[in-house]
Amino acid sequence: MRIGVITFPGSLDDRDAQRAVRLAGGEPVALWHGSHDLEGVDALILPGGFSYGDYLRCGAIASLSPIMTEVVAAANAGMPVLGICNGFQMLTEAGLLEGGLIRNDHGSFICRDQVLSVENASTAWTAEFEAGQQITIPLKNGEGGFIASDETLDRLEGEGRVVFRYVDVNPNGSLRDIAGISNERGNVVGLMPHPEHAVEPGFGPDTPAAMRSGVDGLGFFTSVVKRALVEA
Amino acid sequence: MPTIVVEVMPKAELLDPQGKAVAGALARTGHSGYTGVRVGKRFELTVDGPVDDALRASVKQIAEEILSNQVIEDVVGIHYEVTNIELAEEAVEAASVTDEGFGAPAGETH
Repeated sequence: MRIGVITFPGSLDDRDAQRAVRLAGGEPVALWHGSHDLEGVDALILPGGFSYGDYLRCGAIASLSPIMTEVVAAANAGMPVLGICNGFQMLTEAGLLEGGLIRNDHGSFICRDQVLSVENASTAWTAEFEAGQQITIPLKNGEGGFIASDETLDRLEGEGRVVFRYVDVNPNGSLRDIAGISNERGNVVGLMPHPEHAVEPGFGPDTPAAMRSGVDGLGFFTSVVKRALVEA
Repeated sequence: MPTIVVEVMPKAELLDPQGKAVAGALARTGHSGYTGVRVGKRFELTVDGPVDDALRASVKQIAEEILSNQVIEDVVGIHYEVTNIELAEEAVEAASVTDEGFGAPAGETH
């Protein structure tokens, strides 16, 4: 399973995403925004960061990168695509996911270990979870408020495309506590929190068992790796 | 050199955290009486050529597809501004030519 991680100017978490792929048993492939070549990968990750310094709108300029032509085509053909934080913003700007992300309602950047509810455990990136399962992964954003029209929100909920909701605390004013969504097919998933920062004991969120032992993010990557094994 | 001004604002029904923060600062500094502040963006595009229908169509497309995100923002104005020198030159040309099709006058709004 070769999973491409695209680096854009200003990406921060591309290396972390590559490492998460490796820990999940996949082979990470570093891809470059300025290329038109997906190098034959089986899945794609758009990592977090501040591409183009968040100029214009978060993710907007990156969504116009050369490689995004191939990303959109691959996503529409069914390839699993995960957008994390800035990558989620790019997916909305590219029109692969609905809605948009705006500045946090309280106006401040926020960084915390965030509890999420997995609302849909049948997407390409959540099959390792149980529906309703609660997971804890880091969240760190300044513009993570998910918004969409009431009509779009109703449709997302009705079609089971709200993949993650914030639990206990809504950290950024996202409508209906939405933390992540998918496209209709379930192969494209975007979320604001960072699963790639919770994949290895010693470096994840605190748990009742031990400090920094949380690895709830690993399931994102094992989901897509195991699915490939089943299909192979 | 005509300048094209594109103005973009967050959608009216959305919370504008930037505007809210500025409104808070106004109140704190004793500037009372302001019931709301909203913060938007102004883009200035310059072109060498004339302002014609093709350019107007191009600007409209850029404004709606790149300069704004219609999910969260509205394009509230597109203005074509030309300098006084250019206006004077156009007036001279207009006096000597009967054909239509000159650049837009200053401050024309769509």
